[in-house]
Amino acid sequence: MIAIIDYGVGNLFSLQSSLKLIEAEAVVTRDEKQIREADRIILPGVGAFGDAVKKLKDTGMFGLLREEADRGKPMLGICLGMQLLFDRSLEYGVHEGLGLIKGEVRPIAPVIPAGLDVPHMGWNSLRFPDKLPRSPIFKSLSEGDFVYFVHSYAGFDCEAACTATSDYGIPLTAAVQRENVYGTQFHPEKSGDTGLRILKEFASL
Amino acid sequence: MITKRIIPCLDVRDGRVVKGTNFLNLQDVSDPVKLAANYSAAGADELVFYDITASAEGRKLFTGILKKVAETVFIPLTVGGGINTVEDFDRVLKCGADKVSVNSGAIRRPELIREAAEVYGSQCVVLSVDVKRVGESFHVFSHGGRVDTGLEALSWICKGVELGAGEVVLNSIDTDGVKQGFDLEMLKAVNALVSVPVIASGGAGCIEDFVSLFQEIPELSAGLAASIFHFGQVQIPELKMRLRENGILVR
Repeated sequence: MIAIIDYGVGNLFSLQSSLKLIEAEAVVTRDEKQIREADRIILPGVGAFGDAVKKLKDTGMFGLLREEADRGKPMLGICLGMQLLFDRSLEYGVHEGLGLIKGEVRPIAPVIPAGLDVPHMGWNSLRFPDKLPRSPIFKSLSEGDFVYFVHSYAGFDCEAACTATSDYGIPLTAAVQRENVYGTQFHPEKSGDTGLRILKEFASL
Repeated sequence: MITKRIIPCLDVRDGRVVKGTNFLNLQDVSDPVKLAANYSAAGADELVFYDITASAEGRKLFTGILKKVAETVFIPLTVGGGINTVEDFDRVLKCGADKVSVNSGAIRRPELIREAAEVYGSQCVVLSVDVKRVGESFHVFSHGGRVDTGLEALSWICKGVELGAGEVVLNSIDTDGVKQGFDLEMLKAVNALVSVPVIASGGAGCIEDFVSLFQEIPELSAGLAASIFHFGQVQIPELKMRLRENGILVR
């Protein structure tokens, strides 16, 4: 059973539908018992970092997610959910994250070439770094496969955990992993067959 | 690098796609769920649904369709039509929409853009604008392009982006339905003005129109069209092949 963490707004319908299609059992929940009993966790998210952290803390899930990650449970953060795994974010002030991935979340606007749109929105191709082994959730993917992104902030200073990048004038962090903790900046549930393959790999870790 | 997006647009009234559809070798082509699945399989990068239903009963039918589409098609879905409040955002987002497009509702009450962006994020709020030349300037039209609001289009679009719109769909009434190509002059003016993605709409009649769109305005993010896809005059796989041959990046 996959626990999809419910902490407020966002389109969870597509994520649930895509898991149903790959026949992975999932439940949208904020219930401690259900989260502890699940064998995997997906942390979704759209919206603002600070607001999301506040909601996770208010519902008691902030500490719970850290504990479950430390116990070795496979966890996948998607989009803002990936950013929440980082040490901190500079989105509207400085906010502490879950600290499961070393690095910092910062706006992309100052570092990408002038003239490129913000948000980075649309289908971009994945590059897998040579020096790291291929992350298990990308086992069935090929270099250059396209996935769907929508974001204005990205993970930086996370080279040790960066398992995929996408070129937007500069290489942006597209995915991260540290042991059982995974994150994708893009939306696998909106990335067609490629995305479904990633979710399938995560569901069978 | 990021690719150019090709976006079919489906106008849905009382549960059916309107404008007439004439796909070859397809049965029941006005079924929005089947049409969406076909476009997705053909390589469409996103889909836009406009709910042009007037009745509350029809609206329920629409959200039912949206759910069915979101259960089978895993590409981004934008929904517009009759969006006036944050509750309207909530209603379609819960049924699987990723982005919501506002038009008349935002003209009546621009704060709608800010309110929605604060709750759901800018990436969720698409400002759709119907624009027509009036004398020397561009005016925003409402009511499906029938009423001149008197608003100057470029300043309205700037205001919308400042309020929090994360994307702009620019529909040129002057070129819409004429099939003589996108309104490059208008698109260039808007694209130079805002830093969010701009989607060109209105005027595509053939593959070459998309090629010249992205060649003339390389920064432009996406091209949207309806009937040429519905009628099969432009097939998405062939369109993408021709764009690729012309050095334009597509998925």
